[in-house]
Amino acid sequence: MSVVVEGKNIKRDYHVGGGLMRGARTVHAVKGVSFSVEQGKTLAIVGESGCGKSTLARIITLIDPATSGDLLIDGHKVDIAKDGLSKEMRRKVQIVFQNPYGSLNPRQKIGDILGEPLIINTDKPAEERRELAHAMLKKVGLGPEHYNRYPHMFSGGQRQRIAIARALMLNPRLLVLDEPVSALDLSVQAQVLNLLADLQDEFELTYVFISHDLSVVRYIADDVMVMYFGEAVEYGPRDEVFSNPQHSYTKTLFAATPRADVASIKARLAKKAA
Amino acid sequence: MPLLDIKNLTVSFDTSTGPFLAVKGIDLSVEPREVLAIVGESGSGKSVSMLAVMGLLPASATVTADRMSFDGVDLLGLDAAERRKIVGKDISMIFQEPIASLNPCFTVGFQIEEVLRFHMGMDRAQRRARAIELLTLVGIPEPAERLSSYPHQMSGGQCQRVMIAIAIACNPKLLIADEPTTALDVTIQKQILDLLVRLQAEYGMGLIMITHNMGVVAETADRVIVQYKGTKMEEAGVLSLFESPKSNYTRALLSALPDNATGDRLPTVSDMMFEPAPGA
Repeated sequence: MSVVVEGKNIKRDYHVGGGLMRGARTVHAVKGVSFSVEQGKTLAIVGESGCGKSTLARIITLIDPATSGDLLIDGHKVDIAKDGLSKEMRRKVQIVFQNPYGSLNPRQKIGDILGEPLIINTDKPAEERRELAHAMLKKVGLGPEHYNRYPHMFSGGQRQRIAIARALMLNPRLLVLDEPVSALDLSVQAQVLNLLADLQDEFELTYVFISHDLSVVRYIADDVMVMYFGEAVEYGPRDEVFSNPQHSYTKTLFAATPRADVASIKARLAKKAA
Repeated sequence: MPLLDIKNLTVSFDTSTGPFLAVKGIDLSVEPREVLAIVGESGSGKSVSMLAVMGLLPASATVTADRMSFDGVDLLGLDAAERRKIVGKDISMIFQEPIASLNPCFTVGFQIEEVLRFHMGMDRAQRRARAIELLTLVGIPEPAERLSSYPHQMSGGQCQRVMIAIAIACNPKLLIADEPTTALDVTIQKQILDLLVRLQAEYGMGLIMITHNMGVVAETADRVIVQYKGTKMEEAGVLSLFESPKSNYTRALLSALPDNATGDRLPTVSDMMFEPAPGA
């Protein structure tokens, strides 16, 4: 299997500007993280807010450059700080954001939303763009009647389908999913996770899946990375991480996840009665 | 006698296309010292029915009920001023977005003391002492210093602790928590749930936990009501709900949990809603 994305010792610092009375500070958001993901696999990145997982997602999506370290996509080294971003690279990497209410332009029709990546990154004619958009709508479980509607006419789950459809318009190799289901209801979450699994099988997509929900991660991931204060404190195959966590933060995280099985409810009620 | 007793509650909203029924005849009761969880997805009416109890719905809402009594007092017959004496004192509520529920213009201490002044009529020194006591109770370090902090200087978890401090300031008989941990990280969620359950037991409050997270239900509730599109689908003790759910919808919710995934695809609610229950 070919490795689609690889990071070597990636670091990212943010410089917080000082004012009249205080000096500038440097925040080390990501402190040297390495990983690699093979085609058709899913890497899940887990951590609490402020741990640097979204910063890492922005670096992998080629939105922000890394301060140091190497990012390789399909074996090619990419440095957007030096070389800028080529259309070819943008076609390879796409992202789906957390909040489907904020990530779709309310004044664009769905058809235009789906066509826009093609306008920017390809020179396909309008007729072909429309056909591709219709085909993609069908693929994500929507219909041709949705082509001329606006985002506000859709529910949260449908909007997330549209955001996924837009990300897939360019046939990317790598899809970065930044908490794609955490704004959704449980049953809608299940539908979107199923859709992602179907699409991964069909297009051999590679996913980098950012989440703080361990039950979702356990369900979708092949490999898991746990981040804590900018560092990868745990990285390995899913079953290994879940059955034998090494770092104390990972153990805390597992212990904090609410359990919904009958045995633990019984244990809780027994403890309460005592 | 139940602490809160509601019979046949309906809430409708006036919209441009006619009235919209958000809650369609729900019966609900909470005993003193009981933890009741109300579960449902967005649009199930779980928050709206509790806002109706609090009297916090907008003017476009019409609330009717055969009975809505709290601690022997008929809430429907009260005017706004009388209701204000109960709401915030004997019934209090915490909300989903802790940072948005606090007023950004005032210090945390002012916002805690405001409740004490209005409901308890305490003087300045008593209020300050009680506010420090409350912040200690909800686990905020250096409480005396934090009184002069503004909400933006605290984290989401700390803001939720402050909200809880405000809610329990007057020793309420009933605390309503509307998705109290949805906006928080898992580790913080655990701390806040532990805090709520501890306070509930220590002070003998009734607690209504509104949530869509089955894990939160499993970790906190004594009894559970499952709502879907404004109607009650099921009501059961927490153990029997998870062990042998009666309604299709509850079964669907439980099987949509990724924890319970058996195959490589998750069952969805629409797969299960329209099948007859096994043995039915």
